[in-house]
Order: sequence, then C-alpha cells, then structure tokens
Amino acid sequence: MTEPLIERLGLRFLHVVGRNFLVWRKLMFASMIGNMADPIIYLVGLGVGLGAFMPTIGGMRYINFLAGGMLCFSAMNSATFEALYSAFSRLKVQRTWEGIMHAPMTAADVVLGEWIWAALKATLSGTAMLVAMYLLGIAHGWRPLLVMPVVLLIGLAFSGLGLIMTSMARSYEFFIFYFTLLITPMMFLSGVFYPRAALPHAIQVIGAFLPLTHGADLARGITLGMPMAHPWLDVLVLAAYATCGVSLSVRLVERRLLK
Amino acid sequence: MLQVRDLHKSYSGTEVVRGVSFGVAAGECYGLLGPNGAGKTTTLRCCLGLTASDAGTITLAGLPVPAAARAARARTGVCPQFDNLDPDFTVAENLVVYGRYFGIARRVMLERVPRLLEFAGLEDKAASRLDTLSGGMKRRLTLARALVNDPQIIFLDEPTTGLDPQARHLIWDRLKGLAASGRTLILTTHFMDEAERLCDRVGIMDRGSLIAESAPRALIGAQIEPHVVEIFGDGVREFARDAAPRYAQRVEVTGETAFCYCRDAAPLLEALQGQTALRALSRAANLEDVFIKLTGRDIRD
Ligand SMILES: Nc1ncnc2c1ncn2[C@@H]1O[C@H](COP(=O)(O)OP(=O)(O)O)[C@@H](O)[C@H]1O
Ligand SMILES: [Mg+2]
Repeated sequence: MTEPLIERLGLRFLHVVGRNFLVWRKLMFASMIGNMADPIIYLVGLGVGLGAFMPTIGGMRYINFLAGGMLCFSAMNSATFEALYSAFSRLKVQRTWEGIMHAPMTAADVVLGEWIWAALKATLSGTAMLVAMYLLGIAHGWRPLLVMPVVLLIGLAFSGLGLIMTSMARSYEFFIFYFTLLITPMMFLSGVFYPRAALPHAIQVIGAFLPLTHGADLARGITLGMPMAHPWLDVLVLAAYATCGVSLSVRLVERRLLK
Repeated sequence: MLQVRDLHKSYSGTEVVRGVSFGVAAGECYGLLGPNGAGKTTTLRCCLGLTASDAGTITLAGLPVPAAARAARARTGVCPQFDNLDPDFTVAENLVVYGRYFGIARRVMLERVPRLLEFAGLEDKAASRLDTLSGGMKRRLTLARALVNDPQIIFLDEPTTGLDPQARHLIWDRLKGLAASGRTLILTTHFMDEAERLCDRVGIMDRGSLIAESAPRALIGAQIEPHVVEIFGDGVREFARDAAPRYAQRVEVTGETAFCYCRDAAPLLEALQGQTALRALSRAANLEDVFIKLTGRDIRD
C-alpha cells in the first residue's frame, strides 16, 4: 500500500487544519461577522469619530494610521481567541485532541495543526481589514498586498503564544490573566491607536520587545508607505515568537496529554 | 499481536503498573479485569504509546512501542473509556473525519461509512448531531469509529460501562461479530459476566499487578469451588459461624449475606430446609466469585 502524500511528506498536521476548516465552514457567516466585521466597525467608528479631533500623523489622516494598527490588532485577536478558547474547548471540554491522538497522530501534529489554523483565521481577519482599507481609499495599488505574509506571521506569533497558555490552562478563567496582563497592555504599548513616540521612553523600550509593535511597524510600512526603521528585525522578532511559541506548546501538550 | 513484558509505570512516585507481562495471540479476545484504579487504562495507554512507561517492552502488531507507536496505531482500533467523539460533527462526518487522521481519502471513507453505520445500527442517524444520540448510540459510534481503518487488533476500554442492559447486549453482539471475523480484541472491564461471555482468556489485575491469568472457565475451576450458596435472613451470622462450615469449603460473610462456596451444595441446602428464617440462593460459581476472592470485597474508588 502506498502512503498518501500528506503522510509521506510528514504533513499530518494538515488533517487537523482540515478538521477545523470543516467545522468553521458550517458556521462561516457568524464567524466571519465576528472576526471580520467587528474590527472594521471599530476602524470606521474610531477613525471617523476620533479622527475628527486628531491632527494628521506623519502627514496622513488618523483613520489611515489607525487602519495599519487595526490590521495587526484584528489578526492578533483572531489568532488569540482561536488558540485560547476554541483550542481549549477541543483540548479539554470536547477531548477532541485526545481522540485524534488515538489515531496515528501525535501531540506535535495536533499542536502544529492548531497553530497553523489559528494563524489562518488571523490572516482572514487581516484580509478583511485590507479589503476595507482599499474600499475606504486608505490603501492603493498592489504594494499593500505584500502585507499578507506579515499578517500570517503575526497570526503564527500570537497563535503560538496562545497555545502556550492553552496547554497550561485548567479552565477558561485562566485566560483572563493572559488578556489582562499581556494582550490588553500590548494594545496600548504597541502603537495600535497612536504613535509609540507619544509614550514615555521607558515604556517605549518595553514596547520594543512586544510582537505587536513589530507587526504594526511592518504593516504600516507596507500598506501606508511609512518609513520602516528595521523591517528585517521586525520579521525576526515575530518569527522568534512564533517558533518559540509553537515549540514550547508542543512540549507542554506532550507533558499534559502523554503523561 | 500484542506482547507486553515487565511493564512498569509510576505517577508522581506511586507505581500504578508493577511489572505486568502478558501476550495476546492473533484472533484472540483477551480481557483485562480489575477493580477501579487497578491500572487497566494505564496499561492500555502504554500499549498504544499514549503514555511513556518507565520500564518494560511492548510489541503491538509486530512493531515496537513507543518507538513505532504511530505506525502501530495505524493498524489498531481504539475504543476509549471516555467518549471523545467530535461534537462539532454529525454522526457520518465523525467517521469520515476520523478516517482522514489515518490518511484515508474522503472518497474511500464515504464508501465505508454506510457499512460502519450499519454495524453501529445508526443507519438512520447519519446526519444527526451527536447531542441527539443516547449513551448506547455514542458507544456504538465510538466502536464504529475504531473500525475506520479496518484494524486487525482493537482495544476496548470498558466498552459497556454506563450502558443499560439492552445497549450492553447490542455491544456484546457486535464484539462477538468482530471476534468471529478473526480480529484480535483486548478489552478491559469490571463486569465479570461480560468477560465470561466474550473473552477467550482473562487476566485479573489488582493494584498494578496481574494476579491470575487463564481461560474464564479454567480460572473458575482452578480458583474456586463450583457451587455458591448465598444465604440471608435473621440469624444468618450464627448459621454461617456454627453450621455452614460443616457443609461448605469456604464461608464468607459480608453485610447481611453469607457466601458459602461448596464442592457439593446438596448437604448445605438440605441443612437449610430446617431453617425457616433463612433464605438461600444456590448458583454455579462464576468469574465474579473468583474476582472477589482474588481482589477482596472492599470498595475501590
Ligand atoms: N494521568 C494520571 N496522573 C496521575 N495518576 C493517574 C493518571 N492516570 C491514572 N492515574 C492513577 O493510576 C491508577 C490506575 O489508574 P487506571 O489505569 O485508570 O485504572 P483502571 O483503568 O484500572 O481503573 C489510579 O490510582 C489513578 O488514580
Ligand atoms: Mg480505566
């Protein structure tokens, strides 16, 4: 018997991605509204409403500046919710991961699949944002499309971080810490809503270590043509968060499920 | 099909599997019996490479576990103790999606699904959501799911726990069918009637060790007198202390019942004729008696 291609290439985690896709397809519209429409409403609401009181930032309207940040912010949120709440219900409540591992699948296959899946959802949210940017006349030409790999990378970074939490969580309440201590402050330290230069220097330094900061700098550079200080460093930081996140989650899930 | 040698496993310093060895031949139905916490599930999980043992060697379907656990699981079916069907999918989708984890193409699975549903008696439930299924239906679906890869060896961890008698009989019927088709079955249970009905051979496990192993009938013959008389009623304690030992080889009193194990029950039953306050139930010894004798009467939780 010849092995199917996915098995031969060691890409079994794609079965987990496929599983999640099939479930997502069933509730596609509800899910799209949550993941895609919501951030766009924020963008227009804040951009137009707050923008009326704002000076231009680096020569651009506030809504343009905000759009670059919201693109990353919505990618971060999508990946985070999927990697925390959805993944945790499959790990603990539904025992889906356990079931999958009774087949010839390993903990690494499962975690890798969930990691990619959450990042794909982030990419979808990011794409919706990008479409909105074109429709609102914020993005022009083909160059902003190059932000897609960056959005995927942001997705992988936050999906990796989220899965670490999930693999340690005993209940949904555990995630409140993650939001309060990391995600919410990050929103304000990473320059999503205003330039980081507005913050005290010490806080800017903290911001420099956060993945969202690097995502936002890259996204604004690519979609809005803002100057990028060190784009490759940004990519490197995001990639580091992504790979460390997923490898640590694999270890933690192995420890949790295979003990 | 399965060889386990000197398996050890500890959880945080407590050894829950202590040097278990057994083998299961192709086509055999082997039952692992034991009270709660005996280490049955842990043993099965080690066999499947789902938990790392501390010591011991395991060969499953000709492959070393855990080294080749993935390949071994590809040839194995698993019906776990706690249902982990996928509630996000319908009955039929559960089978198709599970087949994908084995690398079985969707197209192939769609061909297999009707047969699997028929096996599970769920033909008219193909498009049903899981939360509309009864416990028995879920178990049958889990069993059908364990067959998506057409395995030659199937692990069943307490396949009928929590089911009503009708549902249990249906599962037994399916398991007998699987055994008759030449598949190797390894099941755990604490229902002795289940083991007696289904298993060619049973191993009795207690506190992490296999303490007896044989064909059910042989085990009963070797371990225990063939007749059991259960006596209850006013004055049963006095009767059990003073009179019963004269007729029975072994007498055990638990609560308000005296269990008398006899090579020949007739003299005891005759003696009981005069005891109008006592009632008696005479029956053949079964695996449960052996089990109780070997593992004791105290409750394990
Ligand atoms: N993951 C685990 N962590 C710690 N202890 C465990 C774990 N799994 C099982 N045990 C303990 O190991 C013992 C044997 O459990 P188990 O194999 O489930 O028994 P059985 O299936 O025979 O009821 C029990 O005392 C149980 O509490
Ligand atoms: Mg068990």
